Amino acid sequence: MLPRFWRKIKYRYNLVGTYCENCGTYYYPPRNLCPKCRRKSRIKEVQLSGKGKVISYSIVHDAPENFKMMKPYVVALIQLDEGPVITSQLVCKPEEVKIGMRVKAIFRKYGEEGESGIIYYGTKFVPDEKIS
Amino acid sequence: MRRVAVIGVGCSKFGELWDMSFRDIVLSAGIEALEDANLEGREIDAIYVGNMSGGRYLAQEHISALIADYAGLAELHIPSTRVEAGDASGGLALRQAYMAVASGMHDIVIAAGAEKVTDVGAEMAMDILSSSADREWEVFCGANLPALFAMIARLHMEKFGTKPEDLAKVSVKNHRNATLNPKAQFRREISLEVALNSPYVAEPLRLFDCAPISDGASVVILASEEVARKYTDTPVYISACCQASDYIALHSRRDITTMDAVVYASKQAYKQAGIEPKDIDVAEVHDSFTIAEIIAYEDLGFVEKGRGAELIREGVTELDGEIPVNPSGGLKACGHAIGATGIRQAVEIVLHLRGDAGKRQVDAERGLALNIGGTGATAVVTIFER
Repeated sequence: MLPRFWRKIKYRYNLVGTYCENCGTYYYPPRNLCPKCRRKSRIKEVQLSGKGKVISYSIVHDAPENFKMMKPYVVALIQLDEGPVITSQLVCKPEEVKIGMRVKAIFRKYGEEGESGIIYYGTKFVPDEKIS
Repeated sequence: MRRVAVIGVGCSKFGELWDMSFRDIVLSAGIEALEDANLEGREIDAIYVGNMSGGRYLAQEHISALIADYAGLAELHIPSTRVEAGDASGGLALRQAYMAVASGMHDIVIAAGAEKVTDVGAEMAMDILSSSADREWEVFCGANLPALFAMIARLHMEKFGTKPEDLAKVSVKNHRNATLNPKAQFRREISLEVALNSPYVAEPLRLFDCAPISDGASVVILASEEVARKYTDTPVYISACCQASDYIALHSRRDITTMDAVVYASKQAYKQAGIEPKDIDVAEVHDSFTIAEIIAYEDLGFVEKGRGAELIREGVTELDGEIPVNPSGGLKACGHAIGATGIRQAVEIVLHLRGDAGKRQVDAERGLALNIGGTGATAVVTIFER
């Protein structure tokens, strides 16, 4: 699974998405083809702001093996200010989360593949206190 | 297009079948279907089998040939094909078999669904099932299938006022129905209180909101109308079998409280069958999580968007209600043998339309089955009539 993770490091670590110049839609996760324009797509990579709001969330109690140490943890659908919705984790107390809450992206560890395996890093979100 | 009839159905027991192998389970459903259709075996022209993940559950691929082989059909050399769409694999197999007969390519075709999940541990089983969502951009973040359906439930509650009690009532109803189904995994009634006090899996979903992951297999045998008359006096006809797809990940969808694939597939199916949602007398829907049954009521057009919970509150979908839903016990209580589920739903509807559903029999002329894959990136809607 290492190459599969390594290929996407730029997008995971830095929240790089894509933008279709034909219709003006932003995408995250990145897409090479715009589902609105298809062959007319004109895709380029863009740095997303990492600011957004919570659309929905869940507090996960029955955690998958790799996430046992974190439970209970918060997963959320976050709509970035540019438009796309992203599935991510929220780093905050479960009782703090609310739909509509403003959040911002941070760089965090997601897990690791055993003692000697790869360590997964990526983007998580925290409450953006300045605004909300 | 030729008219297609179901001439035989079979179903294994659903549950944790420790003493049965994948082959044993498939065979038990297959033999029951052959007996039901009064076939010897050599009449079969082709097999389609839905199986989500033989590769990861059993480290066995090439399920198609394996099934034909252990069904005793190796020397007939008929085409056998495996299809996959997560837990909608069974629905796909049904549709492939339907098209094979409708087109005139074959006369008698088996549509099977099978999954053996208990040869791996429960956590591995959930991880494998979760691969019907987006592994790289959802599951990577710890958003497994329960967490994704939990986010659907949370937003449905926020937007439409659906309550935890409404979800629990779906579970209570389906458990009650399963007490009448000898093939069901869980055959005990549960109280609303027990459901509402069970531990959280992914808030707001609790243990009793989540279907189990089960072993099981189901088989239906399809034939052209003309051929069907030779084998049965009680054919059940398939008046539509429609499939639709959507974005694989929830985060890409227009609205996570609507499964557009279900809306598209069902609209197409109603049109093809020349009926409206109100003409459906009984339905089996994909309650992998209780919220999915409530959303199915809406997306199938039984009630308008946002009002799904009213149907469970008012008892409309109970066994003695206006539109009984999941008389089998559904995925929640009959069990969810992933690739087998879509076929098991078809078996249930056929039994009701023939009057062979025993103690859970409802009065019905027309029935519908809804099978979805993952969080709804695939939907198959099939309409049956007497």
